Amino acid sequence: MRLDLAHILRWIAPGSRVLDLGCGNGEFLQLLQEKLQVNGLGLEIDPQDITESISRGLNIIEQDLDKGLSNFPDQSFDTVVMAHALQAVHYPDRVLDEMLRIGRQCVVTFPNFGHWRCRAYLGTHGRMPVSKSMPYSWYTTPNIHFCTVADFEQLCREKGIRILERDMVGNTNRKSLLATSWPNLFATTAIYHITR
Amino acid sequence: MNKADQHFSANSGASVGVVVPQTAHFDEPIMLACGRELSNYDLVYETYGELNETKSNAVLICHALSGNHHAAGVHSEQDSKPGWWNECIGPGKPIDTNKFFVLSLNNLGGCHGSTGPTSINPDTGKPWGPDFPVLRARDWVHTQARLADRLGIACWAAVVGGSLGGMQAMRWSLEYPQRVKHCVTIASAMKLSAQNIAFNEIARQAIISDTGFAGGRYLESDSVPAKGLGLARMVGHITYLSDDAMARKFGRNLRSGTLETGNDDSIEFQVESYLRYQGSQFSENFDANTYILMTRALDYFDLAREYNNDPVAAFSQASCSFLVLSFSTDWRFSPQRSLEIVNALIAAGRPVSYAEIEANQGHDAFLLPIPRYLDVFNAYMQRVAVNL
Repeated sequence: MRLDLAHILRWIAPGSRVLDLGCGNGEFLQLLQEKLQVNGLGLEIDPQDITESISRGLNIIEQDLDKGLSNFPDQSFDTVVMAHALQAVHYPDRVLDEMLRIGRQCVVTFPNFGHWRCRAYLGTHGRMPVSKSMPYSWYTTPNIHFCTVADFEQLCREKGIRILERDMVGNTNRKSLLATSWPNLFATTAIYHITR
Repeated sequence: MNKADQHFSANSGASVGVVVPQTAHFDEPIMLACGRELSNYDLVYETYGELNETKSNAVLICHALSGNHHAAGVHSEQDSKPGWWNECIGPGKPIDTNKFFVLSLNNLGGCHGSTGPTSINPDTGKPWGPDFPVLRARDWVHTQARLADRLGIACWAAVVGGSLGGMQAMRWSLEYPQRVKHCVTIASAMKLSAQNIAFNEIARQAIISDTGFAGGRYLESDSVPAKGLGLARMVGHITYLSDDAMARKFGRNLRSGTLETGNDDSIEFQVESYLRYQGSQFSENFDANTYILMTRALDYFDLAREYNNDPVAAFSQASCSFLVLSFSTDWRFSPQRSLEIVNALIAAGRPVSYAEIEANQGHDAFLLPIPRYLDVFNAYMQRVAVNL
């Protein structure tokens, strides 16, 4: 399992209602159901991922996050999770607002574009970074709204979003001292537990 | 329980083979939603696959407007036309007859063997015709439940239906929550829109205004409202297809004549002759009074009416899991209608999965072997099979 997902488990109450935005093939939602017996619902648009999620026994709705979440009532879920999808939506700020409206608490993870490797790549090549974790060319990437740890926290301040806790995953895919101390430079993945 | 996994795609040619319809006769009177009582009736049905020892693997198929009990297989070795849902029912198919015992019946009021307007009214000794009681989807559900009792099926592994069949499946989940584990609703709606009712009314008027209809007593007067019924089917047929599907299938191709100037031969577009053929075929195989009855049942269906028009309150009665499917170009039962079902289910806290299948065939898509449709359907039914 991806480390960013393992971090999230401790923030989610057993048996609670969880909405997973962009749930992919349902791996994480299944883990939540098995380990915490949550009542989970996933939203996804990729046909293969939807079929795979259904095969896993999950409840999945085909829904495009960019077309809004107005069909979900206020505070109708205990936790709304969005793992590695923030950078792929058209209006990340609006999706965040909607998440915080629907869920009592939210968990957001995203790749940190401020990582030193990205900076070095851009600095030395003068071109958009391409790596194992970000394998796309700038014109084909689904990741249209990259941000840094500092960018995200700035947005939280502007929007009055409360950061309850944050976790930074470093280059070695472990919790590293460097990533924790200077996240904007050394975290590859940022994990936020937020509320309003 | 879990047999070797089969790839249903490799079995797309597989069939349940030759099936023989059966008839169940019921002598216990049934009170219908309209307030009238039917003293006895027959239901014709087919079954596919084997009922397991605990009778936990039964799947009920609810048919749509013009459907009947013959959903899969053929009626003889020479029969070249398989049942209407042969793509989805059979060994290795989404409704896998290696795992499920499948029951498909002709609904009450039908014209393929079950008691309906063409049957003899015991009180008069003449065909029921237009006097046959007006039916609601719930009447079908209640008679289906009696058939289930007869076969010893206490709880369906799944109740499955498309279009009007999906409405029955949803009604099952509310009328008999303890008797349904999964409800599969395909290309359906919680109620018809005004536009939808309007199309049905055109169909009914086409039938009624045919002089052969004779006020619905055509069986007694030995006439046939073939023109009217054919016209009704033509209108319906257009609404089951998409603009795109018709363009692909017919375009502006001519069957005869030419559009060149200086030529006044009679011109016929392919689409004209196709529709006429569909209409005339249908009028030979379907009863006009049944068509009127079925379209009325469609129009009257309103899932949440008795729950204060609150679909969330309605679905709060249900205790099963749901799969809802829609098709992108279906404008008669649009994806929006399915989303209304899904959102009500979510708000009611019911487990639900939903997919909108990209397909250019319009409403008819639910009968066709569209790969993604079969994939999702199959994935869900496998899940049903694992937890029998």
